[in-house]
Amino acid sequence: MFKLIAAEMIVPNIHLLTLEAPAVAREVKPGQFVILRAEDDGERIPISVADWDKEAGTVTVAVMNVGSTTSRLASLKAGTSIPTVVGPLGNPTEIERFGTILCLGGCYGIGSIFPIARALKEKGNKVITVLEARSSYLFYWDEKLNEVSDKVFYITRDATRGYRGHVNRLGEIIKSLEDPIDRMIINGCTYLLKSGSDASRPLGISTIVSLNPIMIDGTGMCGVCRVTIGSATKFACVHGPDFDGHEVDWDELLQRRKTYMSEEVVPLRTSRCEEHMG
Amino acid sequence: MAEPKKKKKLDLKRREMPKQSPDVRRHNFDEVALGYSAETAVEEATRCLQCPKPKCVENCPVEIDIPGFIKCIAERDFATGVRVLKEKNCLPAMCGRVCPQEEQCEETCVLVKKGGQIAVGRLERFLADWEAEQGELEMPEIAPPTGKKVAVIGGGPAGLTVAGDLIKLGHNVTIFEALHKMGGVLVYGIPEFRLPKVIVQREVEYLRKLGVEIVTDFVVGKTRTVDSLLEEYDVVFIGSGAGLPWFMEIPGENLNGVYSANEYLTRMNLMKGFLFPRFQTPIKRHQRVAVLGGGNVAMDCARTALRLGAESRIIYRRSRQELPARLEEIENAEEEGVIFDFLTLPIRYIGDENGWVKEIECLKMELGEPDASGRRRPIPIEGSETIMPMDAVVCAIGNSPNPLIAATTPGLEVGKKGNIVADEQTGKTSKERVWAGGDVVTGAATVILAMGAGRQAARSMHEYLCSI
Ligand SMILES: Cc1cc2nc3c(=O)[nH]c(=O)nc-3n(C[C@H](O)[C@H](O)[C@H](O)COP(=O)(O)OP(=O)(O)OC[C@H]3O[C@@H](n4cnc5c(N)ncnc54)[C@H](O)[C@@H]3O)c2cc1C
Ligand SMILES: Cc1cc2nc3c(=O)[nH]c(=O)nc-3n(C[C@H](O)[C@H](O)[C@H](O)COP(=O)(O)OP(=O)(O)OC[C@H]3O[C@@H](n4cnc5c(N)ncnc54)[C@H](O)[C@@H]3O)c2cc1C
Ligand code: SF4
Ligand code: SF4
Ligand code: FES
Repeated sequence: MFKLIAAEMIVPNIHLLTLEAPAVAREVKPGQFVILRAEDDGERIPISVADWDKEAGTVTVAVMNVGSTTSRLASLKAGTSIPTVVGPLGNPTEIERFGTILCLGGCYGIGSIFPIARALKEKGNKVITVLEARSSYLFYWDEKLNEVSDKVFYITRDATRGYRGHVNRLGEIIKSLEDPIDRMIINGCTYLLKSGSDASRPLGISTIVSLNPIMIDGTGMCGVCRVTIGSATKFACVHGPDFDGHEVDWDELLQRRKTYMSEEVVPLRTSRCEEHMG
Repeated sequence: MAEPKKKKKLDLKRREMPKQSPDVRRHNFDEVALGYSAETAVEEATRCLQCPKPKCVENCPVEIDIPGFIKCIAERDFATGVRVLKEKNCLPAMCGRVCPQEEQCEETCVLVKKGGQIAVGRLERFLADWEAEQGELEMPEIAPPTGKKVAVIGGGPAGLTVAGDLIKLGHNVTIFEALHKMGGVLVYGIPEFRLPKVIVQREVEYLRKLGVEIVTDFVVGKTRTVDSLLEEYDVVFIGSGAGLPWFMEIPGENLNGVYSANEYLTRMNLMKGFLFPRFQTPIKRHQRVAVLGGGNVAMDCARTALRLGAESRIIYRRSRQELPARLEEIENAEEEGVIFDFLTLPIRYIGDENGWVKEIECLKMELGEPDASGRRRPIPIEGSETIMPMDAVVCAIGNSPNPLIAATTPGLEVGKKGNIVADEQTGKTSKERVWAGGDVVTGAATVILAMGAGRQAARSMHEYLCSI
């Protein structure tokens, strides 16, 4: 069993969980993920590691509540335990001295891009961070991200902070910078990964995305996580999760993520009022 | 004058094992075969000729004293029978159920020529189940602690065997398992209706009681490397199986509704998908399911799909004769109503506008000359393309070892297909203090071979541990 040290809804619908998992904390590197189960006989779901403390033996994750397992995780209080935290899985994000890096994060990716930005900064890169959300109240870890970035930009749909719009403003942000961008790294929902890659393609910026297909084991055993990169099929859990965003078959990934849409999301998204009003 | 002693008349009638009827069992996940009653077991055991040079034993990979335990059953001394069985086989409840007996012990039974070979597997199963019904399993003697530490990677039959053998010899044993449950293919692959999971759990509990430490949710090569384990443990055994699924590599393979057998069976068995939404891992209820392949894995997938209410078919490129699955499971599948399309090769999946598979295109085949495996090679018949409507396809054409451990363990020799190279007699690998056995060495094989390999490795590891 893995004990929950801290649990907090940091912004609406995003929950920061700190878990006791010393074996994972000892080995984890930026860009890797764990597989969690919220309860016995529960589903296994992949979640990126957003921070860790080797000494204390803990890992922190940012979980967006979208379905049955994530909502179960969201309901947990500090002091309780969950049956599975296994990892670190997947390959770490490549951390080299590239020059100037643009880190783009949205929703849970605001959390998981943090250790990547930190490691890149420590490696001597110039780090530009761009955060994207529907509205300003959905940003979190502002201070932490500012600490490891040379500059942080914000984009909101409603202009409550920074640029108004969505990733379509990325081009302008890049043009406003004095240095050319040597590499872009994106963490977050599939749409952000795709639209960010679309935006960087015409600018010729090499773009790394952390893909998030459906997974079960996370070790290469089931093949459910297969994605098409260029013309080859890859297992995201072992060959990724980071891939070249300009090579990903996005339509296929978006389709495959919808496999269980009717079973999982529909029951959750309806209010089920009728069931309670008998 | 005394009459010459009359030879006992040969009884060639193999006693049937009761099964759930096909009409009932195709709607449930309960075990199909119900096991012998004590009466039937004794009758079957009495048929055994107690050959002085038993042919059956020669063809059992772990050389169980088959006439020995059968004699005990005939004499109704079941407790002794269990002991005889367990001298060589620590997991008889499983082997009795899943061994391909018709090509092992029962194939060489002297009565086979007359069609009356002794049902060795059923008798083995009977004894193991009898023992379980007695409540507490008999605890073996454990040698005084040696202070030596053993790390076992993988909780499948190979790893379980090594752990069981070495703990009894007084060593300190820890099993590291990647998944959240122990048992390997026995829990995530083979379905409940063929091998009830309580049986696997019982064996795992038994090991725990013997003092084996069990660490689940631990991926060697990720959570810790073999080299890091070697700093803490005297020896390491790798029994990580052959878990990497193969696909056909034909167009349309990444459409929704195309599964690997591992995914399909894991969702069902390990995650209890068939009880969704009571258990959370979802599984689709498809109308028409095609399973590609002809081995045990394919039979298990097809029979699972059937139980979920689908029209279920096996698409196999050779003929019935070449099906590699256990005969009993082929017959069970046929009885339950699985449709077989022999001499058929899928060449393309066709999707609908939402990215779901809707059709599968196949070629008809004919059999040519035998190939390297000795089976007749299937050759496509030109112009024989047909299209079948299909909502889901399960690819059960094979697995190879997962490269994860090999890739993170310098100095470990690996063969062409990703299998770890190990000595056939001892299981020793090219790396100091590291042994390996089971599917990770042989490629996908059988439970009993994995156990046999585990036993041999344990013997060699013990010798080494005593020498240091
Ligand atoms: C490598 C990786 C890292 C991830 N990191 C994070 C993270 O840090 N924080 C976070 O909130 N989310 C992360 N995700 C996504 C997260 O795994 C899914 O949101 C989660 O599995 C949904 O589970 P659920 O039971 O709550 O929802 P469900 O009810 O199961 O499904 C809701 C929707 O989520 C998607 N989904 C379902 N199962 C999975 C699955 N096993 N894997 C991916 N998507 C799935 C599907 O589109 C589904 O329709 C990551 C995914 C991957 C592959
Ligand atoms: C569906 C199906 C049906 C079958 N039917 C039969 C049958 O009827 N009769 C028969 O004799 N055989 C059958 N087999 C084959 C048989 O199950 C295998 O040959 C046998 O289980 C191999 O045992 P093993 O211990 O080598 O590996 P496995 O049983 O595969 O166990 C390996 C274990 O190692 C774990 N592992 C893998 N990598 C790591 C890692 N890096 N770190 C930690 N743990 C790891 C895995 O999670 C797994 O639990 C069947 C196989 C399948 C898939
Ligand atoms: S272990 Fe398998 S091969 Fe050996 S006697 Fe038992 S059923 Fe036969
Ligand atoms: S060969 Fe057949 S008859 Fe002879 S001992 Fe073995 S099981 Fe009995
Ligand atoms: S999650 Fe199973 S192979 Fe990637």
